[in-house]
Amino acid sequence: MNSPLATVSKILTWSCVDGPGNRLVIFLQGCNFACPSCHNPHTIGVCNHCGDCIPACPTDALSLVDGLIVFDADACNSCDACLRACPISASPMTHVYTVEDILALVRSNRIFLNGITVSGGEATLQLKFIIALFSAIKQDPELAGLTCFIDSNGHLGELAWQRVLPVTDGVMLDIKAFDNGTHMALTGRCNRRSLASARSLHAHGKLFELRYLMIPSRTDTDLELDQLAEFASSLDRSLRVRLNAFQHHGVRGEAREWEKMSRAGVEMAAERLRAAGLANVVTPSVWI
Amino acid sequence: MPDGLERLRSIVEDASLSVAQKARQLAIAADDLLAYLPLEAQTQRALDERVICDMYEGHAPYTPRYVLADFSVVLRRGSDHLELLAPTSLADAIHTLMIAYHHVPSVTGMPVYLGQLDELLLPFCDDVGDEELYAEIKRLWRYLDRTLPDAFMHANVGPSDNRVARTILRVDAELKQIAPNLTLLYDPEASGEALLARAIENILECSKPHVANHPLHTAAFDARGYGIVSCYNALPLAGGASTLVRVNLKKVAERSRDAREFLDTILPNYVGLAFDLMQARIDYLFDHSGFFQSFLVEEGWIDRTRFAAMFGVFGMAEAVNTLERKAGRSARYGSNGGADDLGHAISARLAELVAAQPLDNVWRGRAMLHSQAGLSTDSETTPGVRIPYGSEPDPVTHIRALAPHHKYYPSGISEILTLEETVKGNPQAVLQLCKAAFASGFREFTANVANNDLVRVTGYMIRLSDVKRHNELKVSRTNTTALGAEAARLTGILARKPRVVAHELAAGDR
Repeated sequence: MNSPLATVSKILTWSCVDGPGNRLVIFLQGCNFACPSCHNPHTIGVCNHCGDCIPACPTDALSLVDGLIVFDADACNSCDACLRACPISASPMTHVYTVEDILALVRSNRIFLNGITVSGGEATLQLKFIIALFSAIKQDPELAGLTCFIDSNGHLGELAWQRVLPVTDGVMLDIKAFDNGTHMALTGRCNRRSLASARSLHAHGKLFELRYLMIPSRTDTDLELDQLAEFASSLDRSLRVRLNAFQHHGVRGEAREWEKMSRAGVEMAAERLRAAGLANVVTPSVWI
Repeated sequence: MPDGLERLRSIVEDASLSVAQKARQLAIAADDLLAYLPLEAQTQRALDERVICDMYEGHAPYTPRYVLADFSVVLRRGSDHLELLAPTSLADAIHTLMIAYHHVPSVTGMPVYLGQLDELLLPFCDDVGDEELYAEIKRLWRYLDRTLPDAFMHANVGPSDNRVARTILRVDAELKQIAPNLTLLYDPEASGEALLARAIENILECSKPHVANHPLHTAAFDARGYGIVSCYNALPLAGGASTLVRVNLKKVAERSRDAREFLDTILPNYVGLAFDLMQARIDYLFDHSGFFQSFLVEEGWIDRTRFAAMFGVFGMAEAVNTLERKAGRSARYGSNGGADDLGHAISARLAELVAAQPLDNVWRGRAMLHSQAGLSTDSETTPGVRIPYGSEPDPVTHIRALAPHHKYYPSGISEILTLEETVKGNPQAVLQLCKAAFASGFREFTANVANNDLVRVTGYMIRLSDVKRHNELKVSRTNTTALGAEAARLTGILARKPRVVAHELAAGDR
């Protein structure tokens, strides 16, 4: 079998917000949710080589060769005009990596790392690659000490999780909303699979953190918060629950008109969850 | 600035200076009235053009730049000169140190070294409870900040994990004072990771302590040891540094046709002139100032053979970029490319030149190379071998770009890693970064956890000022509250400034 390839939006060798310690983070391209509130909307689509971005590039870093987009990273000045021009929320600036490419990068940064995290987009859309990468890390004596984490929306099915969990140390899972109508409106999908994933991951001891994005008048209601408290309590009162606050940076389209989440609102919500018995509620460490 | 006597008068009549500050400024101005040490013509020219620089230490040096007194001497034996008996209790020991600090000079007029405080005080702590120890250290810390307000004044703790070190870290995080500065000497074997983790928590709280790679420093010094003082300079204990002369690498590069000529001819020439200046300053200090007839030498607090000569460099980034430009290349320093290789080659060449030059009245007969952190008057030059402000990459890339320099700079190479505020939620990441920096050859680890303009939220960076501007378009009635709080904060800082003065920086303003 051929070694799987990954389409990658970006790789960071320093991240302190994607799991415990410093992590090498691979942002995989493509998502199965279409959230208007997404702060990385250019990671949602996968390039179809239509070429609409080419005239938008002021430094001629993009071209079509044999019907495929070619990106010249050296010519790019990171203005992101191509992202704004893309009609399908994709990016022409992605790179394709083999497992061996990523392993080489992890090895050269080994001493700086506590682990690696695959994020996105929705990382699990490239599950084959994740399984191959995590397995290779676990089998390599030099790299085995690194923890392997996935940042996911939880839409992945139970059987698929079972294939990746043996080589996964933890999952950070987003629940976008508990009311299914709200979830549909916010993501275009129903929340049944996300909730099932959270239960299953917790049962397997792999749910590192439950994340919840607070959006004023959409997901910050008492009803939503009480369901969050009830759901988390049904798993484990000491489960780490991270509240994130909706902001405008990176957001495109209609959601830019939505109100931003205030610090006071998040702190009140955290208090409500704590009063309901949750022992490990985390709020943002930086307010902007 | 007025010259001569007019300058003295303007100092006397400057209402913004305290009496003590006036006295200090007058002393500096008086020293400047003396003729400069006699120098060869080309050395004088290089100094006038500021290709080489004496750090404005003065025309007639009468004190070493940095003095690292061995305070264990006065704690063990007392002092005949100061009519002090050896202390027998913790309170006595701290009181003895408080007296001793006032008798150890430096270029700033204040002590730059407070000693290896845990090692000094531990012998007096056997019968002292934790709360008493805490109260004593807290009083000492307040005393130091209020009476010797200079950020270059430096206390050391470690490498062992002990009660005094822990208490100092606790008090330092609690008081968040500018003075004293603090260094933890870290040795993975002797310190253990728990102590480093505690220090990292402090860094997240108040950007202190600075952490020194103890095994690397130990190897560069001898059995009597070393201390970290001022802007992270590593120097022999019971000695210090007589002088710091530095070379502006940017100006040397501007005077070179290409990298070859820079390395083979122009740099060695200016290094030689810097040695002439250095030796002249040291000769005056040793032969004419009478400094070493002090009781500090007689009683063994310091040893005249243990004073280093610091050979400083700065403007490496601009030197490399200048030479790259002259070669028709656009590579930039600090981006992990070919330009960095040239930087490493320059450091290697400097180390070679410094090792080849014997000096008199200097510890081990050779200068110690130093990546110099700059003066407040330096413009268009980046301190030492640092990456220019505003173009620093992420901390991992940053460390990897600079680590190869560190082995060449035994008397100190200070990097300040600016970490975004989000690390406050993840101390383990900073711990890993510190351990990795040391494993990569970093001699020291300094992190500034700031409320940066640039903040990475997850995969992307944002500028807080952009956000602020954006927010201001939607003015809220709570603005007055925010403005009021900000004004109080800012005026608080302004009120503090005149009292806590970095005299070394003030010297550069002359």
